[in-house]
Amino acid sequence: MDRIPILKFGNALLVTIQVDMHDRLATALEEDLTSRIVENNAKGVLIDISALEIVDSFIGRMLDNIAAVSRILDADTVVVGMRPAVAITLVELGLSLTGVKTALNVERGMALIQARLKMSDAEDDDSEE
Amino acid sequence: MTTQKSERLEIRSSDDVVRVRQLTRTLAIAAGLGLVDQTKIITAASELARNTLDYGGGGFVLAEQVEAVGRRGVRLTFEDRGPGIPDINAALKDGFTTGKGMGLGLGGAKRLSNEFSIHSTSGEGTKIMIARWK
Repeated sequence: MDRIPILKFGNALLVTIQVDMHDRLATALEEDLTSRIVENNAKGVLIDISALEIVDSFIGRMLDNIAAVSRILDADTVVVGMRPAVAITLVELGLSLTGVKTALNVERGMALIQARLKMSDAEDDDSEE
Repeated sequence: MTTQKSERLEIRSSDDVVRVRQLTRTLAIAAGLGLVDQTKIITAASELARNTLDYGGGGFVLAEQVEAVGRRGVRLTFEDRGPGIPDINAALKDGFTTGKGMGLGLGGAKRLSNEFSIHSTSGEGTKIMIARWK
Protein backbone atom coordinates (compact mmCIF):
# COMPACT_ATOMS: atom_id res chain seq x y z
CA MET A 1 0.00 0.00 0.00
CA ASP A 2 1.07 3.60 -0.63
CA ARG A 3 2.41 5.64 2.25
CA ILE A 4 2.79 9.39 2.74
CA PRO A 5 6.49 10.10 3.37
CA ILE A 6 7.53 11.57 6.72
CA LEU A 7 10.75 13.62 6.78
CA LYS A 8 12.87 14.30 9.84
CA PHE A 9 13.99 17.91 10.30
CA GLY A 10 15.98 18.33 13.49
CA ASN A 11 13.61 17.57 16.36
CA ALA A 12 10.59 17.95 14.12
CA LEU A 13 8.78 15.75 11.60
CA LEU A 14 7.64 17.18 8.30
CA VAL A 15 4.76 15.82 6.21
CA THR A 16 3.62 17.24 2.90
CA ILE A 17 0.37 15.74 1.68
CA GLN A 18 0.58 15.88 -2.12
CA VAL A 19 -2.11 13.40 -3.13
CA ASP A 20 -5.86 13.15 -2.87
CA MET A 21 -5.90 10.74 0.09
CA HIS A 22 -8.27 7.83 0.33
CA ASP A 23 -9.34 6.93 3.86
CA ARG A 24 -6.91 4.03 4.37
CA LEU A 25 -3.99 6.26 3.38
CA ALA A 26 -5.10 8.87 5.94
CA THR A 27 -5.39 6.23 8.66
CA ALA A 28 -1.93 4.86 7.75
CA LEU A 29 -0.43 8.35 8.03
CA GLU A 30 -1.95 8.75 11.49
CA GLU A 31 -0.37 5.47 12.63
CA ASP A 32 3.01 6.13 10.97
CA LEU A 33 3.28 9.59 12.50
CA THR A 34 2.49 8.29 15.98
CA SER A 35 5.28 5.71 15.85
CA ARG A 36 7.76 8.14 14.27
CA ILE A 37 7.18 10.70 17.05
CA VAL A 38 8.30 8.11 19.58
CA GLU A 39 11.14 6.63 17.46
CA ASN A 40 12.67 10.04 16.64
CA ASN A 41 11.86 11.65 19.98
CA ALA A 42 10.20 14.40 17.95
CA LYS A 43 8.93 17.55 19.65
CA GLY A 44 7.08 18.96 16.69
CA VAL A 45 5.04 17.79 13.72
CA LEU A 46 4.46 20.04 10.73
CA ILE A 47 1.75 18.98 8.27
CA ASP A 48 1.60 20.90 4.99
CA ILE A 49 -1.86 20.59 3.39
CA SER A 50 -1.43 23.34 0.77
CA ALA A 51 -1.90 20.79 -2.02
CA LEU A 52 -5.21 19.50 -0.60
CA GLU A 53 -8.25 20.63 -2.58
CA ILE A 54 -10.65 19.54 0.11
CA VAL A 55 -10.62 18.51 3.77
CA ASP A 56 -13.72 16.48 4.57
CA SER A 57 -14.82 15.18 7.98
CA PHE A 58 -12.58 12.10 7.70
CA ILE A 59 -9.39 14.03 6.94
CA GLY A 60 -10.40 16.67 9.50
CA ARG A 61 -10.76 13.98 12.12
CA MET A 62 -7.36 12.56 11.13
CA LEU A 63 -5.75 15.99 11.70
CA ASP A 64 -7.54 16.30 15.06
CA ASN A 65 -6.41 12.81 16.11
CA ILE A 66 -2.78 13.44 15.11
CA ALA A 67 -2.77 16.68 17.12
CA ALA A 68 -4.31 14.96 20.18
CA VAL A 69 -2.00 11.94 20.11
CA SER A 70 1.14 14.02 19.53
CA ARG A 71 0.17 16.27 22.45
CA ILE A 72 0.01 13.22 24.72
CA LEU A 73 3.43 12.18 23.39
CA ASP A 74 4.82 15.67 24.18
CA ALA A 75 5.01 16.94 20.61
CA ASP A 76 3.26 19.92 19.01
CA THR A 77 1.39 19.60 15.73
CA VAL A 78 1.01 22.55 13.39
CA VAL A 79 -1.08 22.30 10.23
CA VAL A 80 0.00 24.77 7.56
CA GLY A 81 -1.08 25.98 4.14
CA MET A 82 -4.83 25.44 4.30
CA ARG A 83 -6.46 26.99 1.23
CA PRO A 84 -9.03 29.72 1.96
CA ALA A 85 -11.83 27.83 0.15
CA VAL A 86 -11.03 24.76 2.25
CA ALA A 87 -11.21 26.79 5.48
CA ILE A 88 -14.60 28.27 4.50
CA THR A 89 -15.95 24.83 3.62
CA LEU A 90 -14.63 23.20 6.82
CA VAL A 91 -16.43 25.70 9.02
CA GLU A 92 -19.69 25.28 7.09
CA LEU A 93 -19.29 21.51 7.34
CA GLY A 94 -19.17 21.95 11.12
CA LEU A 95 -15.52 21.18 11.75
CA SER A 96 -13.58 23.99 13.38
CA LEU A 97 -10.48 21.90 14.24
CA THR A 98 -10.29 23.49 17.69
CA GLY A 99 -7.58 21.09 18.86
CA VAL A 100 -5.26 21.78 15.95
CA LYS A 101 -2.70 24.58 15.80
CA THR A 102 -2.52 26.19 12.38
CA ALA A 103 -0.21 28.58 10.58
CA LEU A 104 -0.47 30.24 7.20
CA ASN A 105 2.64 28.68 5.68
CA VAL A 106 5.56 26.33 6.35
CA GLU A 107 7.87 29.15 7.53
CA ARG A 108 5.44 30.39 10.18
CA GLY A 109 4.61 26.85 11.23
CA MET A 110 8.28 26.01 11.65
CA ALA A 111 8.75 29.22 13.67
CA LEU A 112 5.97 28.08 16.05
CA ILE A 113 7.67 24.71 16.52
CA GLN A 114 11.13 26.26 16.97
CA ALA A 115 9.75 28.63 19.63
CA ARG A 116 8.34 25.67 21.49
CA LEU A 117 11.68 23.79 21.19
CA LYS A 118 13.56 26.76 22.67
CA MET A 119 11.12 26.87 25.57
CA SER A 120 11.59 23.20 26.35
CA ASP A 121 15.40 23.57 26.07
CA ALA A 122 15.24 26.42 28.59
CA GLU A 123 13.23 24.21 30.94
CA ASP A 124 15.86 21.48 30.61
CA ASP A 125 18.61 23.99 31.50
CA ASP A 126 16.65 25.10 34.56
CA SER A 127 16.28 21.58 35.84
CA GLU A 128 20.04 20.95 35.55
CA GLU A 129 20.88 23.80 37.88
CA MET B 1 -33.76 21.24 -16.49
CA THR B 2 -31.42 19.71 -19.05
CA THR B 3 -28.43 17.50 -18.48
CA GLN B 4 -25.28 18.56 -20.34
CA LYS B 5 -23.08 15.71 -19.30
CA SER B 6 -23.52 12.75 -16.99
CA GLU B 7 -21.52 9.87 -15.63
CA ARG B 8 -22.34 6.98 -13.36
CA LEU B 9 -19.73 5.71 -10.90
CA GLU B 10 -19.79 2.62 -8.69
CA ILE B 11 -18.88 3.17 -5.04
CA ARG B 12 -17.33 -0.05 -3.72
CA SER B 13 -14.07 1.03 -2.02
CA SER B 14 -12.38 4.06 -0.50
CA ASP B 15 -10.56 4.53 -3.84
CA ASP B 16 -13.99 5.04 -5.40
CA VAL B 17 -14.68 7.87 -2.90
CA VAL B 18 -11.58 9.62 -4.32
CA ARG B 19 -12.90 8.99 -7.87
CA VAL B 20 -16.25 10.56 -6.94
CA ARG B 21 -14.39 13.67 -5.69
CA GLN B 22 -12.38 13.89 -8.93
CA LEU B 23 -15.46 13.46 -11.14
CA THR B 24 -17.36 16.10 -9.13
CA ARG B 25 -14.45 18.49 -9.54
CA THR B 26 -14.37 17.98 -13.33
CA LEU B 27 -18.12 18.64 -13.62
CA ALA B 28 -18.00 21.64 -11.26
CA ILE B 29 -15.27 23.25 -13.36
CA ALA B 30 -17.21 22.49 -16.57
CA ALA B 31 -20.31 24.11 -15.03
CA GLY B 32 -18.26 27.23 -14.30
CA LEU B 33 -18.52 27.07 -10.49
CA GLY B 34 -16.14 29.33 -8.57
CA LEU B 35 -13.40 27.91 -6.34
CA VAL B 36 -15.39 28.07 -3.09
CA ASP B 37 -18.48 26.50 -4.71
CA GLN B 38 -16.30 23.79 -6.25
CA THR B 39 -14.74 23.04 -2.88
CA LYS B 40 -18.14 22.88 -1.17
CA ILE B 41 -19.74 20.48 -3.66
CA ILE B 42 -16.62 18.25 -3.78
CA THR B 43 -16.58 18.08 0.03
CA ALA B 44 -20.31 17.28 0.15
CA ALA B 45 -19.77 14.58 -2.52
CA SER B 46 -16.96 13.08 -0.45
CA GLU B 47 -19.17 12.88 2.67
CA LEU B 48 -22.07 11.27 0.81
CA ALA B 49 -19.86 8.84 -1.12
CA ARG B 50 -18.35 7.68 2.17
CA ASN B 51 -21.83 7.28 3.69
CA THR B 52 -22.88 5.20 0.66
CA LEU B 53 -19.85 2.97 1.24
CA ASP B 54 -19.88 2.75 5.06
CA TYR B 55 -23.60 2.70 5.82
CA GLY B 56 -25.20 1.68 2.52
CA GLY B 57 -22.77 -1.18 1.87
CA GLY B 58 -21.77 0.42 -1.44
CA GLY B 59 -23.83 1.76 -4.31
CA PHE B 60 -23.39 4.27 -7.07
CA VAL B 61 -23.55 7.96 -7.88
CA LEU B 62 -25.04 9.62 -10.94
CA ALA B 63 -23.09 12.84 -11.48
CA GLU B 64 -24.54 15.41 -13.87
CA GLN B 65 -23.68 18.81 -15.21
CA VAL B 66 -27.10 20.46 -15.50
CA GLU B 67 -28.61 23.65 -16.84
CA ALA B 68 -31.94 25.25 -15.89
CA VAL B 69 -33.28 28.67 -16.88
CA GLY B 70 -29.89 30.14 -17.58
CA ARG B 71 -28.27 28.61 -14.50
CA ARG B 72 -25.58 25.99 -14.63
CA GLY B 73 -24.68 23.60 -11.88
CA VAL B 74 -23.78 20.13 -10.69
CA ARG B 75 -26.26 17.55 -9.48
CA LEU B 76 -25.27 14.34 -7.74
CA THR B 77 -27.58 11.45 -6.91
CA PHE B 78 -26.27 8.77 -4.53
CA GLU B 79 -28.09 5.47 -4.33
CA ASP B 80 -27.56 2.38 -2.24
CA ARG B 81 -29.50 -0.76 -1.37
CA GLY B 82 -28.43 -0.77 2.25
CA PRO B 83 -30.51 -0.89 5.45
CA GLY B 84 -31.98 2.60 4.96
CA ILE B 85 -32.13 5.41 7.52
CA PRO B 86 -34.93 4.84 10.09
CA ASP B 87 -35.00 8.42 11.41
CA ILE B 88 -33.86 10.95 8.80
CA ASN B 89 -34.31 13.98 11.06
CA ALA B 90 -32.04 12.43 13.69
CA ALA B 91 -29.48 11.47 11.03
CA LEU B 92 -29.37 15.06 9.77
CA LYS B 93 -28.42 16.38 13.21
CA ASP B 94 -24.73 17.11 13.78
CA GLY B 95 -23.12 14.60 16.06
CA PHE B 96 -25.58 11.80 15.28
CA THR B 97 -23.80 8.66 14.17
CA THR B 98 -24.37 4.93 14.24
CA GLY B 99 -20.85 4.30 12.97
CA LYS B 100 -17.30 5.40 13.64
CA GLY B 101 -17.62 8.87 12.10
CA MET B 102 -18.24 12.25 13.65
CA GLY B 103 -21.85 12.53 12.54
CA LEU B 104 -21.18 15.55 10.31
CA GLY B 105 -21.57 13.88 6.93
CA LEU B 106 -25.27 14.15 6.17
CA GLY B 107 -26.02 17.51 7.83
CA GLY B 108 -22.73 18.91 6.52
CA ALA B 109 -23.48 17.79 2.95
CA LYS B 110 -26.90 19.46 3.20
CA ARG B 111 -25.37 22.75 4.39
CA LEU B 112 -22.79 22.66 1.60
CA SER B 113 -25.43 22.24 -1.12
CA ASN B 114 -28.06 24.57 -2.62
CA GLU B 115 -30.51 21.70 -3.04
CA PHE B 116 -30.87 18.57 -0.98
CA SER B 117 -33.39 15.75 -0.97
CA ILE B 118 -33.38 12.37 0.67
CA HIS B 119 -35.55 9.28 0.29
CA SER B 120 -34.91 6.28 2.45
CA THR B 121 -36.90 3.12 3.01
CA SER B 122 -36.06 0.78 5.85
CA GLY B 123 -34.59 -2.42 4.45
CA GLU B 124 -34.54 -1.15 0.87
CA GLY B 125 -31.98 1.60 0.65
CA THR B 126 -31.31 5.31 0.46
CA LYS B 127 -31.29 7.86 -2.35
CA ILE B 128 -29.83 11.32 -1.77
CA MET B 129 -29.72 14.15 -4.31
CA ILE B 130 -27.66 17.31 -3.92
CA ALA B 131 -27.08 20.20 -6.30
CA ARG B 132 -24.92 23.30 -6.31
CA TRP B 133 -25.59 26.16 -8.73
CA LYS B 134 -23.33 28.79 -10.16
